[in-house]
Amino acid sequence: MTTVERPMLPKLVGDRIKRREDPRLIQGRGTYVDDVKLPGMLHLAFKRSDVAHGKILSIDTSAAEAMPGVTAVYTGAQVKEFLGPMPIGTPFPAPPHYSMAVDTVRYGGEPVAVVVAADRYLARDAADAIVVEFETLPAVMDPEAALAGQPAILHPGFTNMLGQSDTNLALMIPAGTGVDMATMQVDNSAIDDAFAKAEVVISQRMLNHRLAPTAMEARGVVAHYEPGKDEMTIWSSTQNPHMVRSNMAGLLGMGENKIRVIAPEVGGGFGAKINIYGEDYVAAAISRRLGLPLKWIEDRSEAFVATTHGRDILGYIDIAATKEGKVLGLRAKLIADIGAYEMLLTALVPTLTNGMLSCVYDIPAIRAELYEVFTNKTPTDAYRGAGRPEGIYFVERAMDMLARELDMDPAELRRRNFIQPDQFPFLTQAGNQYDSGNYEPTLDAALELAGWEELKRFRNEARGEGRLIGLGLAFYVEICGIGGWEHASVTVERDGRVSATTGTSPHGQGHETTFAQLISGQLGVPMENITIEHGDTAVVRHGTGTFGSRSQVSGGTVMMIAGGKVKDRMAKFAAHMLGAPFEDVGASEEDLLFEDGMISVKGSPGLSKSFQEVAGFAYMGAGNAAAAGMTYPPGEQAGLSEEAFWEPGGATFPFGCHISMVEVDRDTGELKLLKMVAVDDCGTIVNPLIVDGQIHGGLAQGIGQAMIEEVVY
Amino acid sequence: MSNRIPISVTVNGKVQEAEVEPRLLLAHFLRENLGLTGTHIGCDTTQCGACTVFVDGLSAKSCTVFAVQADGSDVMTIEGLAPEGALHPMQEGFWEEHGLQCGYCTPGMIMSGVSLLKENPNPTEQEIREGIAGNLCRCTGYQHIVNAIQNAAGQAVTAHVGAPAKKG
Repeated sequence: MTTVERPMLPKLVGDRIKRREDPRLIQGRGTYVDDVKLPGMLHLAFKRSDVAHGKILSIDTSAAEAMPGVTAVYTGAQVKEFLGPMPIGTPFPAPPHYSMAVDTVRYGGEPVAVVVAADRYLARDAADAIVVEFETLPAVMDPEAALAGQPAILHPGFTNMLGQSDTNLALMIPAGTGVDMATMQVDNSAIDDAFAKAEVVISQRMLNHRLAPTAMEARGVVAHYEPGKDEMTIWSSTQNPHMVRSNMAGLLGMGENKIRVIAPEVGGGFGAKINIYGEDYVAAAISRRLGLPLKWIEDRSEAFVATTHGRDILGYIDIAATKEGKVLGLRAKLIADIGAYEMLLTALVPTLTNGMLSCVYDIPAIRAELYEVFTNKTPTDAYRGAGRPEGIYFVERAMDMLARELDMDPAELRRRNFIQPDQFPFLTQAGNQYDSGNYEPTLDAALELAGWEELKRFRNEARGEGRLIGLGLAFYVEICGIGGWEHASVTVERDGRVSATTGTSPHGQGHETTFAQLISGQLGVPMENITIEHGDTAVVRHGTGTFGSRSQVSGGTVMMIAGGKVKDRMAKFAAHMLGAPFEDVGASEEDLLFEDGMISVKGSPGLSKSFQEVAGFAYMGAGNAAAAGMTYPPGEQAGLSEEAFWEPGGATFPFGCHISMVEVDRDTGELKLLKMVAVDDCGTIVNPLIVDGQIHGGLAQGIGQAMIEEVVY
Repeated sequence: MSNRIPISVTVNGKVQEAEVEPRLLLAHFLRENLGLTGTHIGCDTTQCGACTVFVDGLSAKSCTVFAVQADGSDVMTIEGLAPEGALHPMQEGFWEEHGLQCGYCTPGMIMSGVSLLKENPNPTEQEIREGIAGNLCRCTGYQHIVNAIQNAAGQAVTAHVGAPAKKG
């Protein structure tokens, strides 16, 4: 793991600052994809499969083609003539997945034909007039039956990583103690030994069920190919415009330098807008064929079936422990129901579940086997937490069951198994290296805040009265900062204002505020003089994106690295401008303070230049400076624009403890949340207001999953 | 489909005349015909409330109103809530209390908040939660929205929870 020198935290870090994004959004003046309107723009509507599994016998588009305002209709087979299978971002073998079904549909909602028409009403009318005849095939709904090849095989021509054909098993990944990931060789002696020694073993089948991410803004794309320039501009409701550009370029056979992707305001993502979807590729490819701008906006009914789902992992969990509650080993067989196809990160997400099986505990032996299986459902991919909440759920529920079996307070059981502060950095048996942690104070804070002992008394009394009250406690650990490198640039303009770019691409996280806080503190420039640009590949030259809890960890850090480079150069210019007096006080460039729009010598506040003056000097150029009787610092050229790429050497592992109390109404079955306490150790907080909002939103989605949300087939 | 019906709708104080298809939704009329894109569409089915506007002073989900039904009406959208360059107290409240993240539900949420305070200027927290039950937000978990409406009502925020501010 590479280590980075811990920077001094800039002023403003930790301040509860109102968001700079908000004025436009609260006035309805943000521009989302559906607000983009181009001259001559036509609209797309998709005809989708209403069967889960079937052979396409015929598609009659004649009625649609004859309708007024319809420019073109394409079937999946026709689109295949000019658009290949979609790229994915995982290294495992995967069956081909075309943007639209070619001869077989494998989930309800899969697109089979597309209409290009003058407006969205006409496009919808025409799509509805398309008649598709299917030969229905048996639908594969149960992932365990699917593993046994029942009742059908989704991808008969596919051979998986194990060399197996005629199987619904997409891949199998072992993990944990005794597993050599490079060779996939497995030595089970440690885990077998742990279970042999165990005084208590708990075994449970658990389902972390399927969810729909459901951003308030559904997906949408505007693709505009300009034939004369051979250039494509794509507005996409995406979390990662640069990734859209790369994948588009690859599939369309265009240079990345010929494609500009703009993520305008994005109305939520939650992982589902990492993907580049069939509709995006189709819009771009048809725009290129027709030489016209095209818009496609997903409606809500489509979003529930055509945007990736999340979770849906079945776990067979065994936990081995001593009578004193020391966990000796954990065994997991995980079956991920990934739906019909592999999208960008479909195969990767459940592997993160494997990696979370140690939670916050020092478990001496962990052994997991992950089976990812195709079914006739919407493909799964990242959804808030992406594989990690699933793993935490399995471990924490097993811990609760163990506590019950041992008749031990669940808080006490956890306390006995924590990784201790002096053990960090800690390599878990599940394979992740945790950077830091100190779990007991977080547990104590949560217990105190919740009034744990009192809640237990209340529960016991209420149960005595016949009420059905449950009290739950769970710990979690997160993996933040995954996804590789990130990029930032910081430019001090001629007038001393700062334009910074980040390759992360916010959709509600407030980067324009928090990243400006970092730069403001670092360079001593007021926030109102700083702009943070994002989401447009023509302005932000490089980027990875916003996902995997990475923006502040990766994007914030690289922003400060780029800012630091500019600062170093400004220090050289400033020191040079200050000339002899600077040297007289024995100052070095490190002694320069950047504060309140001034660059001054520490301890000699009179010895200073304004930020603006120094910027002006840096843009003068050596020639003009010489003409004015000045010189440039040796080796310096004009301009103050610096950029940086940076890749974290590892991830960060923040954690927390949540406590909740619920009641089930005995008569109606209604579930009520009586109390919810969350204590989260986020590390350094840049803006507490924004962090509160993020935590609240995560809680609501977690509570939603626990109490009311599920995609049911 | 080509039968178009003339309508006259006052939108944000300005009379707008148009000939529209009977099936054209008010939300699309505002967004496509008038370019007032602050009114968002989130569900197409009257559930999420992102498209909330006022029709003759009453809040209405404009994805479930035909433009022809608004003929002769007075419609106000988020763009008309405050004079140019100024913010309505409800908008101030949302800004102050971080009542939004991605901003997509926000215009509708603000319109519903304004509507609520017109009927009940001093609502309890529970009444606020009930008052915005027709508006969905996927980002905030609602607590900051409740705080925002309390702020706009001039009330003390009752559930200010969260991360501690910077330690000196």
